Parts: sequence; C-alpha cells; structure tokens
Amino acid sequence: MTPLISMSGVDKAFPGVRALADARFELMAGEVHALMGENGAGKSTLMKILSGIYAPDAGEILMNGRPVALGTPRDAQAAGISMIHQELNLMPHLTAAQNIFIGREPKSFGGWLLDEPRLNGDAAAIFASMKLTLDPKAEVGRLTIARQQLVEIAKALSFRSRVLIMDEPTAALNDAEVADLFEIIARLKASGTGIVYISHKLDELKRIADRVTVMRDGEYVGTVPAADTPVEKIISMMVGRTLSTEQAEAPDLSGADTVLEVKHLNRGSEIRDVSFSLRRGEILGFAGLMGAGRTEVARAIFGADRRDGGEIFVHGKRSDIRRPEDAVRAGIGYLSEDRKHFGLVVGMDVRNNVALASISRFTGPGGVLDETGMRDAAKRYIGQLAIKTPSDEQEVRLLSGGNQQKVVIAKWLLRDCDILIFDEPTRGIDVGAKSEIYRLLNELAKAGKAIIVISSELPEILRLSHRIAVMCEGRLTGILPARASQEDIMHLATLRPSLVATPGLGGELVH
Amino acid sequence: MSTTAEIAPKGTATRVSGAQHRALAFSGLIALMVVFSLASPNFLQTANIITILQATSVNGVLAVAATLVIISGGIDLSVGTLMTFCAVMAGVLMTYLGLPIWIGVPGGLLAGLACGSLSGFLIAKLKIPPFIATLGMMLIYKGLSLAICGAKPIYFTSTPSFTQISTGSLIGAVIPALPIPNGVLILFLVAAVAAFILGRTVLGRFIFALGSNEEALRLSGVNTGNWKIAVYGLAGAVCGIAGILIASRINSAQPAIGQGYELDAIAAVVIGGTSLSGGRGTMLGTMIGALIISVVANGLRILSVPQEWQIVVTGSIIILAVYLDILRRRGI
Repeated sequence: MTPLISMSGVDKAFPGVRALADARFELMAGEVHALMGENGAGKSTLMKILSGIYAPDAGEILMNGRPVALGTPRDAQAAGISMIHQELNLMPHLTAAQNIFIGREPKSFGGWLLDEPRLNGDAAAIFASMKLTLDPKAEVGRLTIARQQLVEIAKALSFRSRVLIMDEPTAALNDAEVADLFEIIARLKASGTGIVYISHKLDELKRIADRVTVMRDGEYVGTVPAADTPVEKIISMMVGRTLSTEQAEAPDLSGADTVLEVKHLNRGSEIRDVSFSLRRGEILGFAGLMGAGRTEVARAIFGADRRDGGEIFVHGKRSDIRRPEDAVRAGIGYLSEDRKHFGLVVGMDVRNNVALASISRFTGPGGVLDETGMRDAAKRYIGQLAIKTPSDEQEVRLLSGGNQQKVVIAKWLLRDCDILIFDEPTRGIDVGAKSEIYRLLNELAKAGKAIIVISSELPEILRLSHRIAVMCEGRLTGILPARASQEDIMHLATLRPSLVATPGLGGELVH
Repeated sequence: MSTTAEIAPKGTATRVSGAQHRALAFSGLIALMVVFSLASPNFLQTANIITILQATSVNGVLAVAATLVIISGGIDLSVGTLMTFCAVMAGVLMTYLGLPIWIGVPGGLLAGLACGSLSGFLIAKLKIPPFIATLGMMLIYKGLSLAICGAKPIYFTSTPSFTQISTGSLIGAVIPALPIPNGVLILFLVAAVAAFILGRTVLGRFIFALGSNEEALRLSGVNTGNWKIAVYGLAGAVCGIAGILIASRINSAQPAIGQGYELDAIAAVVIGGTSLSGGRGTMLGTMIGALIISVVANGLRILSVPQEWQIVVTGSIIILAVYLDILRRRGI
C-alpha cells in the first residue's frame, strides 16, 4: 500500500540551530500516527514543513507516491493537508462560519457580495458531519478553547483535508472534551483521513494512535506500533542514552539552613498543591514538559502572578509576597526566560541595567543619580562575572546572549538576593557560553546562594541540579536526587493523574 | 457533542453588548438634545438642526474613512490634510486648468484613492507602523497643499454649480419644508455604502479579519498586504469625498485647514464604540459619535459657552466613551 504521505531526508536549519537532520515520517490513509519527542526534538518543525509554513533545506515529500511542492500554507491546503496549531489561529471577532471560510467565502451577484446564508449553511453542514451542535453564527472569541479547536477542525475539513495535523490538541481540554475530540478523530479515521497527532501525553496515544514515531534532536529515532509497545520503551526512545553527559555532584547540605520553603502553593489549574524547600548553597532543578507549571510556580513565588493559596517562608519567616517588590525585598531574584522582555532594558547600557533593581542605593538628594557609584558597581561585576563588554557604557543589546544573561545575574547579585530563580538560563545561548553559565551557577551556589533552575533540557538539569523537582500538569510529581536517570525524570514528567494507577508511586519517589 | 446550550446565548451576548454601547451612545445623543432644547428654545429649530447636520457632514465622512482603517487594526492620522489635498487637487483641475466639474470632482476622489493606497503601501510593504506612516503623510499633504496653491485659497470661480454639491438641496426641491442640504445626503449615502461594504463584501470581511488576527488571515492563504492597501485606498477615496464636500461648502479650497480634523474623526469613531485595537466596530456607531460631537459644539455655542470650554467637554466625552468600552470588554 502506498503511504498517503512519505517524508524522507528532511533537513532544516535556523540561524544557529539545526532543527532537523535527515528526518523521516510516513502516514497511511485512515491512520492516527503519533509523533513524539522531547521539547525541541523537531516535531513541530517537521509538521510545519508538511503544512507549507517552513520550506525544508533538503528532503523529499511524497503524497500518494508522487512528489508534491508545498511552498505556502495555501499549497498545502490545496493538496489536502491542514494543520491545527497549538496556538489557535482564529479571528476572535468573527463568527465560526466566517472563520472556517475566510478567504474562500461563497459569493453572490457575480462575486461582488458575500453569500452569508450559504456560508452559514455550509458551516452547519460540516458541523453536522462532525456530529457537532454549534451555531455557525457564534462569535469565536466567545467559545471555549475546546470549541475553538473544533472550529479549527471544521476549517480543516472544509478543505476536504486528507491529512490533518494536530499539535497538542488536548493541551487545554478537560477529560470530557478530550473524549469528544477522540470520537471525532475516530470518525475521521474511519473516513480515510490520515491524522498526525503530536502529543506529550503517553496515555493518550495508547488510546487513539496506531503507530508512534519518535524524534530526538531533530532526527528520526524509530516507528513502533502503539498498542503493543510498552510506555517505557517509548520513553527510552525519546530520551536516548547518548545524552547523559557529566552529572552534578551533590554537596552534603544536611547542615545548611533552609532559606526558602513553599507550602501548598495553588493557582487555578496551573499550580496544584506544590510544596518544596530549598537550602543555602543548593541548586534545585525543576524539570517537566512544556506547560507543566514550572514557570508559573516561579512567578507565583516571585509575586508576579497572584496565588490562590499557599505559604512562602524565607529564612524560616512567613513572607507575605504579593508583588515582585515584596519578593525582591525578601531577597528573591527571578531571571525570566525571556530576558529581552522582562529581564533587561536592552536599549540601555550595562551600567544602568546592573543598577536598575538597586537604583535607590545610587540616588542622591533631589533624585540625582550617583553615576560614579553605579560605574564602580558595574565594573566590579564585569570583572567578577567575566562579562565580555568593551565598557560599562556598552548598550546591552549589543552583547551576546551569554553576556546578557550575566548582566541580569549581576543585577540581582547587586540587589543582595540570596535566592535566585533561573528560568531557562541558557535559552538562546550558544554551547560555549552555556558551560560558563553552568560554572557561574555552581560558584554562586558555593558562595551560599540558593538557586532554582527551571530548564526544559534534561542534560542541563542533570548537570546542574543537586536535587531535581519534576512537575506535570501543575503538580509536583516527585523530587529526585542528583544522578537520577533520565527515564525516571521522564516518567514523573508524564505522570498524569489519569495515569497514576498505583497510588503512592509519586510519593515513593519524593525524597 | 451535544452541549450547545452554553454557546448560543454567549454569542448573542456579544452582539447585545456591542449594541448596548451604541444604544448608550444613542441615548446620550438624545439626552444631550433634550437638555439643549430645554435650555434654549433655538436649539430644536429646523434651521439649527440643519446647521448641526451640515456641520456633521465633513467630519462624518472623515470618520467613515477612519472607521474603516481602525477596524482593520490600523490608524490614519492623515485623513484631515488628505481631505484638504484632494480639495486643492480639484481646485487645480477646475480653476487652474479650467476643466469641467465632471473631471474635477472625480479627479479629487482619484487623488484620495491614490494617496490612501500610497499610505497602505508604506504600511503593508515597507512595514512602517501605521501611526508613523500616516503622520508623515499628514505633513506631506499639508506641505504639498500649501506649495501647490502658494498658500492662497483656490476659488472655484469657473464652475459656479460646484457649490451646489454641498449646499444645494435635492430634498428641499421636492419637500420645501425640509431643506436638507446635499452634503448631509452625501454623508448618509457614504455611511450606508461603507456599512454595506463592511457587512456584505469580501473587503469588509477582510477588514474585520485583519483587525482581529492578521496572522490567522495570512495563514489562511490570504495576501494580507494587498488587502491592507485596498483598505487605506478606500479610506483615501472617502477622504476625497470629504474634500469635495468642504470645498463645495465654502466654494474654495483652503490649503491651511485640515490638520486637527483627523482627531475629531477618530473621536467620533471612538465615541461610536469602535475598538481602537481593531476587529470590532460599526458605521452606525460612528454616525452617532459624529452627531454627538456636532450637537455638543452647537448646543454649547447656543448657550454662549466659550469655545475653549466646548473643547474641554468634547475631550471629557471621548474619555467617558472609551471608559465605557473598557467596562464593556471587562464584562465579556
């Protein structure tokens, strides 16, 4: 049988990153094919190539055995390939029917006017074929995320799509909605549509997928049947064994003071009852898949987001943190994953960025700034952290990613923070500078700072952390010691409540 | 899939909510008229009502142009001086070159279409932010208008019927008791056509889609750049209509006026409930907004309130209208 889609030898590089190398994928008609891999494994990139959003650097795409050119999303749609993106691409102010047929509206009067009754009728017909009751005239922005997702599916169907790519379709759905979605997928499958299903949720693919293809670091790892492949096998394919490099030596911290203690932190469905503690001199890694709630925990501790419940103790004292100012006063610094947006004023120079969080210290009578004091402070940290910059008056945007990160660190060190939360500290930083950041973090810990590192890269977590907290869907599913195996971490990171068959499994692993 | 109940009412809720803002603006307009007519017997005179409508015509047409652009997620600061530039171009054609009125008037409109398209090109192709692109164009039109006619008005001496476009009254010819000037008729015609374009044509659909989520429209395979140019081009042509109206009313092209009109136009749009962030808005709302501005100015003048205080009141109404819009959106 000729595959519906066959991609082979696909390469794709972005500036500084190799996203895909000799990637492969095959899809049969009437098949649900799950595509799995860690964050950054290249799943979405591969599928964006299939849906015409990215052009591949090399590789061949066959549809029913014949080569196809998919230069634009429109080409892909014409070929019958539709992708439902993780971040939905809908126009919230337009109705469901208007969204479905945008750019292809049925017209009357020789193409001059929109034929709104036919537009709504056609949309209603598609909804009916999905056995879905939804008013075509409902404004999309008012629908639940689940229903918006169904509008996207209806849009894909309106192209008579033979290939439907779904990127994390259940990320925002509750269980009942997931069941409804799976019913629709089953019907589509029965009608011969090929479905690519990107997901992190291992239990889901057991339920709906026929085959699973695993990718790692932009490469094809293997394809296995979903039904009779154990979950552990799939996890080990995702993680691989080549990645484990050097691991952290956990120092003996049994005598060190607990500087931060978080008890029963809650915030909506993002953070559910998270408790942990952090000692002086410790590096606590936070691992988990995208959307597990790690950044949310950091932001809640830092007072950037309101929390529904939970207590935070700093140096044993209950600390009522409501705003970032409170956290900074308590000695907590947060280094966000998006430095350019939240961490730095990139248009200003190194000196001002370093002094920014401690500006009151350099403010003289009448609000006049003590430039000399600021320069001295900046120069001290430029030396101490080995920030590569021609002077303290260099604009921060002209520095490399690694050096920008050091400027943020200097800012919080100057502020006398002894608890530092690093969110993806090496994102967008090249490999050489990464090890320097790792060295710096270790030195800071040795000097007595307490550090939380949130990272989506397992090798980074393993290399830095003295203990590893793993989150899944807002819960802290376990805290592992240094030298934990990647399999253990992945297991906890995919430990969804629906998967927990053996009670106490999560607790067992908490140390 | 059978949980439909929660959806339909929500969908209607938005429409009711948008209509609520318009209803509120409309009742505001009525309330203002009641207050002014109680305060002064002169306010509700036919002559005064016609004065109000006549005063609304130019700003109303400009507000139509601004509405189109603002719903599409953009902004156009050049509507006022483009209006003047189109009037000057009509003057050049008819007075300087002695061409007949049926060339001069379409010429003015074409100038608007071309200029608007140029703004669209700057925004869509050169990626200049709309605020900056149209700010630059605003100054360019002003300078060009002054340069072309040597800073002196062009009088439409060779085309005596030109003034009829705005001040004549087709309705008055049929019903003598109702001498509504043609300018007002043209305003309502322009607004009706624009409302039709918004609601019933592809261009209108894409105007809303651009303002709602441009990226989604692009990923749907639509050439968003070309449609943006079309939006600004159409808005430019509407500014041309305003240019003809104002020139015909004062029977001259005054190169020095125009700047400041764009703010009145945007104010009318905002008071009418069109969201400055795009994707939402109606022509009916804009018409009500434009009328409110004229009624306030006229009513306060009748009550002998100094002009500086009229401006203060208009400013307050804008802030109040936007605050109501924020309250409405928070309710969603």
